[in-house]
Amino acid sequence: MTVMTFAQAARTALLQEMERDATVWVLGEDLGPEGGVAGQYLGLQQHFGKTRIVDTPISESTIMGAAVGAAICGTRPVVELRYADFGICAADEIVNQAAKARYMLGGQVRVPAVIRQPIGMRDGMAAQHSQSTEAWWIHVPGLVVVAPSTPADNHALLKAAIRCDDPVVYMEHKELWTVSGEVDEDAAPATLGQAITRKPGDDLTIVSWSSMVGVCVEAAHALGPAGCSAEVIDLRTLWPWDKAMVFESVRKTGRLLVVHQAVRAAGFGAEIVAEVTEHLFPILKAPPRRLAAPRVPVPYAQPLEALCRVTSDEIVGAAMQMVKQ
Amino acid sequence: MLLIRAFDEHAGDARRDGRLRGSVHEYIGEEAIATGVCANLTRADYISSYHRGHGHCLAKGADPEAMMMELYGRAGGVCSGKGGSMHVADFSLGILGANGVVADGVTIAVGAAQAVRLKAEDRVVVAFFGDGAMNRGPMLEALNWARIYDLPILFVCEDNLYSDRTRTQSMTGGPGAVARAEAFGIRAETVDGNDVVAVDEAAARLLRKVRSGSGPLFLHATTYRWRGHLALDKALYRDPVELERWQASDPIRRAAQWLVSRGVSPAALQEEHQSATARIASVVAAAEVAPWPDEKMFYEDVQDVGATA
Repeated sequence: MTVMTFAQAARTALLQEMERDATVWVLGEDLGPEGGVAGQYLGLQQHFGKTRIVDTPISESTIMGAAVGAAICGTRPVVELRYADFGICAADEIVNQAAKARYMLGGQVRVPAVIRQPIGMRDGMAAQHSQSTEAWWIHVPGLVVVAPSTPADNHALLKAAIRCDDPVVYMEHKELWTVSGEVDEDAAPATLGQAITRKPGDDLTIVSWSSMVGVCVEAAHALGPAGCSAEVIDLRTLWPWDKAMVFESVRKTGRLLVVHQAVRAAGFGAEIVAEVTEHLFPILKAPPRRLAAPRVPVPYAQPLEALCRVTSDEIVGAAMQMVKQ
Repeated sequence: MLLIRAFDEHAGDARRDGRLRGSVHEYIGEEAIATGVCANLTRADYISSYHRGHGHCLAKGADPEAMMMELYGRAGGVCSGKGGSMHVADFSLGILGANGVVADGVTIAVGAAQAVRLKAEDRVVVAFFGDGAMNRGPMLEALNWARIYDLPILFVCEDNLYSDRTRTQSMTGGPGAVARAEAFGIRAETVDGNDVVAVDEAAARLLRKVRSGSGPLFLHATTYRWRGHLALDKALYRDPVELERWQASDPIRRAAQWLVSRGVSPAALQEEHQSATARIASVVAAAEVAPWPDEKMFYEDVQDVGATA
């Protein structure tokens, strides 16, 4: 076990996969001397050279289109899009090409590309650099969507994403880059689609992912003394999501609360609540709930930005209401 | 050329009489470009194409029967009937696919060239696209991209004067395709795209350079679309005189004249023509009675991880 940051964990995973497989390569802006926006590529260009760590122009369409072309011609590109907000500039190539090539070409090819799109609010980056767009990609057949919450997961899930033969939208939260944790550098790749229980409990199931997992765990600990035993499930992979683990937990607790930083309306919480309600309605002890951002662009001013965030106190408040029902 | 003409004459008719569905973009009148360029490619070389893609695939060696079955949506199609006219592809022949989004095949082509570079392979890539693509951002990004990495790619702009139903010139600032390529430092030249001999000569010369490491080059081939943008477009927006003028420059008739001038007998040409027509009649007959894709294929090939059953 080594203590490292979320960014260093990703760098370690990438380094290991590039050593292991010569067809893995990376393309994106400012990867070489800069080492990426969070240092997640630091020193890799010096190590692997400029044909495997490729600094590109600010051309998101072609970054993504070229990744598709290179993936269908026998390589495993890792695409760095800097911010999920810029992933929207490459949405056509992700949705119309990467996600569909295998199906519409009758299974002749696979598109083993990792599409890194860091999400979320950090340090007042405002409306165009703060979005959590995970639901957009979950909606698209053909894509796998991953959102790790710890350094250990960022290591094991990135390895899994690189080895996956499907296109994987890989969403790291910008506020997690500097978070430290223990990482087993020899860990095997994680299993995509497998959630993890971060805190066990009996009265309420809280489902979350990415940076909100930590807030949910904090709230769950605060709920204990108040007499509410909350279970926190970190989905880790959003498509496919671990329905079995969530259903099992809700069968035990009878209550479901989904927490995410993305906008609440048509967010992924809606899908989870709908699935649980459709299948487990008779055993529910309270209406399932969602805590997420209002349908407002992320504002710059700190007191306004704060209104987009779900706090531990809000989770505690919602949970207490639910257990009283 | 004759096979491409016969294939698309049938495809257009079959779309108009309802035997085919969806978008069918005929390549009639432009056959010399795919034929002249692909004559200079090996099986290992890659091509990417666009919505008007039947001709490129056939010229690169795709099986006309599997192509026709794809248009008919049958299980025996090149894409098992799941792609249709706009997604014909055959990876065993280096055909990376026609494409339903203008210019997207070009970004895929530069990525293919990047893979060739990474794997140190002995292949070149040809990106076919229309004049309309020259006004899309990804096209311009891809030109810049190919230049800065000096990728082994030949860009082939098939300039049939129309972007969908609009005259391209009326939507284009500046002098157009060649000047735009040159603005990115890519050497570009124009060829008479209705002259298969000229296209062949130009492609041979340019591809030789690309194979020996010149980096990207650009061929602008002038031509004309005899039909509308797609089979159901009657093209009433253009002057019939314009069409007549271009039909007088029929690439197939010009190729025939060239062959006759070099001693090929008109009877032999007639035989070739009949043979192409018969071949298409036979693949159509096969496609019309071929089985549909099984319903179990509906869920196949979406993805490995997270597939819906």
